[in-house]
Amino acid sequence: MTGVERIELWIGALLTLMVYSFLYRDNPFYKFAEHFFVGITAAYAMVLAFWNTLMPNCFGQIAPSLVGHVLPTAAENPANPVRWIPLLFGLLLLARLVAPLAYLSRWAMALVIGYAAGANFTRYLQSDFMGQVRSSMVPLLVRDAGGIAYGSSLSNLVLVAGLISALAYFFFSKEHTGMFGRASRFGIWTLMVAFGAAFGYTVMARVSLLIGRFQHLGRWLGDIF
Amino acid sequence: MKRQIPLIITFSVGALLVLAMFIPHDPFAAANDELSVWFDIIASFAFILGGGNLLRIHGDKIYRRRRDWPYSIVTLGGFLLMLGAGLWSGAVSRGNAMAPGSLFQALYVAAYAPMMSTMYSLLAFFVASASYRAFRAKTREATVLLLAAFVILVGRTPVGYHLTSWIPQPFEFLEIPNLFGWILAYPNTAGQRAIMIGIALGIISTSLRLILGIERSHLGGD
Repeated sequence: MTGVERIELWIGALLTLMVYSFLYRDNPFYKFAEHFFVGITAAYAMVLAFWNTLMPNCFGQIAPSLVGHVLPTAAENPANPVRWIPLLFGLLLLARLVAPLAYLSRWAMALVIGYAAGANFTRYLQSDFMGQVRSSMVPLLVRDAGGIAYGSSLSNLVLVAGLISALAYFFFSKEHTGMFGRASRFGIWTLMVAFGAAFGYTVMARVSLLIGRFQHLGRWLGDIF
Repeated sequence: MKRQIPLIITFSVGALLVLAMFIPHDPFAAANDELSVWFDIIASFAFILGGGNLLRIHGDKIYRRRRDWPYSIVTLGGFLLMLGAGLWSGAVSRGNAMAPGSLFQALYVAAYAPMMSTMYSLLAFFVASASYRAFRAKTREATVLLLAAFVILVGRTPVGYHLTSWIPQPFEFLEIPNLFGWILAYPNTAGQRAIMIGIALGIISTSLRLILGIERSHLGGD
């Protein structure tokens, strides 16, 4: 293990213990780690946005020769003056920090909201609405070489009936009584299975992270003793 | 004018993107691609705005000696350290801040990644108490949730396999690993699909309201 790796191991282990100290109760060690985490997370996002987006797609396109010293790939392309527009809108967003000009940040927000609305309208219409409905059009009577495949037919029936009844549960324009109420009840059961699966997966993911942290602490203890 | 110009911008951009779906050719297709880059650039400025806000709020807290102000020094210290390291590492590594061996990458490995996974793994402890409350099976619905979660949790583990490996072959569909696959593929898909369709309908209608200027809450009060 090199010196840098040892320092990384120690810092990681000490910060891990500081965060886990919260399991006892809120304390200065946890608060230290929490505040440190907030600071480095904000800076991490800023750095990635700067080097992965702003430099190649904005500054590198506006002034390739100027940026070319730190980003050689930018110097290969001709200047693209159109990118002044998002730069201007980006600067307008920062106007929020100056009270008298704060209203100008709405222009940038309007562009962002307009893009998100337009992009999401088409994306969700195609994939999450039409795509999901199309995928649910499955045969309720499945046949194979030996005749009717009862298992597959039942499974498809559960899929279609479960989906329709779960949608019925979300339909509030009609009172959930009678046949509609029973369908809605079955919808709740379907949703409960989905929530149970989601819960199980979440627990597995978190426990997997926990095991990872314990392995890190194990390596740290191994370095000490 | 404070409200009209933003409404015009939102309508123009939103309508252009919707048109680009129905006319997937230039100039609409090119405009779609260009707007996607613009969105990323403006979103990057949002991160800078976030950093600026962090500096302002914690700087003010330190200046006024508000409660727990020493922790604000930690926040700003971490922020400036990571920011300085990232800008420096990117400048010396020709734009690749995460270059192996760079200071930014070292800080990522030593502090950011461990704390990120530790924060998320904390939930494993709280899930234990949540599980107790959820798994008491007081109602039929809670029992269904309990059974589904149990099958998913043990379905991919050796325990799940050994628990039901004695089941005779004609009834092998009742073995936990098989139930695991069936629950995920059918009832779980049905439930998730219903939620996805509901969310999609909500997003589609909200997007339309935004593009047409019916929904204006994002523009603020005055």
